Amino acid sequence: MTAAPLALMAELTHRCPLQCPYCSNPLDLVKVARERDTAFWHSVIDEAAELGVLQIHFSGGEPTLRPDLAALIAHATARGLYANLITSAVLLNAEKLAALEQAGLAHVQISIQGAAAVNADRIGNYNNGHAKKLEIAALVGESGMSLTLNAVVHRQNLVELRDMIELSAALNADRLEIAHVQYHGWALRNRVALMPTREAVEAADAIVADAREAWHGRMVIDYVVPDYYAATPKACMGGWGSTSLNVTPDGSVLPCHAAKTIPGLVFSRAGETSLREIWYNDAAFERFRGTGWMREPCVSCALKDVDFGGCRCQALALAGDANAADPVCHLSPRHGAVLALATAESVAGNDRLVYRRP
Amino acid sequence: MITRESVPAWRRGIRRRFDATREAHVLLGPERVIVLDEIASAITELVDAKNSVARIAQLLAQRFSADEAEVTRDVAGFIEELLEKGLVTA
Repeated sequence: MTAAPLALMAELTHRCPLQCPYCSNPLDLVKVARERDTAFWHSVIDEAAELGVLQIHFSGGEPTLRPDLAALIAHATARGLYANLITSAVLLNAEKLAALEQAGLAHVQISIQGAAAVNADRIGNYNNGHAKKLEIAALVGESGMSLTLNAVVHRQNLVELRDMIELSAALNADRLEIAHVQYHGWALRNRVALMPTREAVEAADAIVADAREAWHGRMVIDYVVPDYYAATPKACMGGWGSTSLNVTPDGSVLPCHAAKTIPGLVFSRAGETSLREIWYNDAAFERFRGTGWMREPCVSCALKDVDFGGCRCQALALAGDANAADPVCHLSPRHGAVLALATAESVAGNDRLVYRRP
Repeated sequence: MITRESVPAWRRGIRRRFDATREAHVLLGPERVIVLDEIASAITELVDAKNSVARIAQLLAQRFSADEAEVTRDVAGFIEELLEKGLVTA
């Protein structure tokens, strides 16, 4: 029996002023002309609340590009949803931020590309972005809203990890998310420039462990591990179709934001099919839900209900088959090849970034 | 470390409400959702930045006619969990 979803990711737009080389949005972006209007998102919110969704993540692209963001936050809050904003913050100012808080926003997640401005602005390819982020983060830090800083880490900024942790604490963050790059979509093009060495990853793991102890009870540190060097895969999305749904700028409803990379899956649209029908009966949601779709080595694995065979999109990207075990798993026949690839690229790595372009 | 003297308070931005779908109170915070059972619901009702762990345990032990030392351990354990998840200060 499928439980009700806990969260909905509302990708309001794919437009974004930054050009991060590890952009997690699909290669094929939804154009502005195909974005949905305020009334559409109001019905998505109504249906989500009725379905039992408790948290809504306003995301993108850059969601603050939408002039109706405050109205959507107010609507979600009125329906009892906990509203979270995932933003680069570079387009915000004190007045806009106050309007979002007034609308009921509970939590602001601001991305940082590093701890030092020159390198951070180089990674996001946006002048003075870092300074702007710090200015807005400081305002959130003094507000009644929760503040998370979100740091994507890789070979171009891992040496700044300690400084990023100190920066987050100085900004009064309630939570810091440190996430190693996930190599899908655009990030695959930059793997040679982004893949850290195994030694660098081990050093980072130790820094995070120490920081968690040091900031215990004051700042939560969540850590997304770099799974190319792992022995077992991560439970992507907590299991396909188990906890959340993702609505893209054109209104498609996906089990995860990268699911469109998997051939053969057809996604329904909100407004045409109800979210309830999609969540409980849509073929794309059923496709990898639970463990029934698995083959060996997953079927007989003791961890199959823990990591659900890992990430389907990564299995497709690295093994050429979305039904295969995630190749980062030591039980996958491709594991050795993936590890060798990561090791070779991390050692041969360069600093040439291919920036995200539409 | 949570002790009898610790005074838990909600961190900013944390919401607690009743959810009709799950027929339970829920706690909502940054990337955190906790569906509360009856005991957790009763504990969190008493988190107000004034009550200590000992005071919360005393009130609950009276209400549920339970052993106060045992309730104190349960309350301290649960508040520790909320601290770990970044939902309270203490």
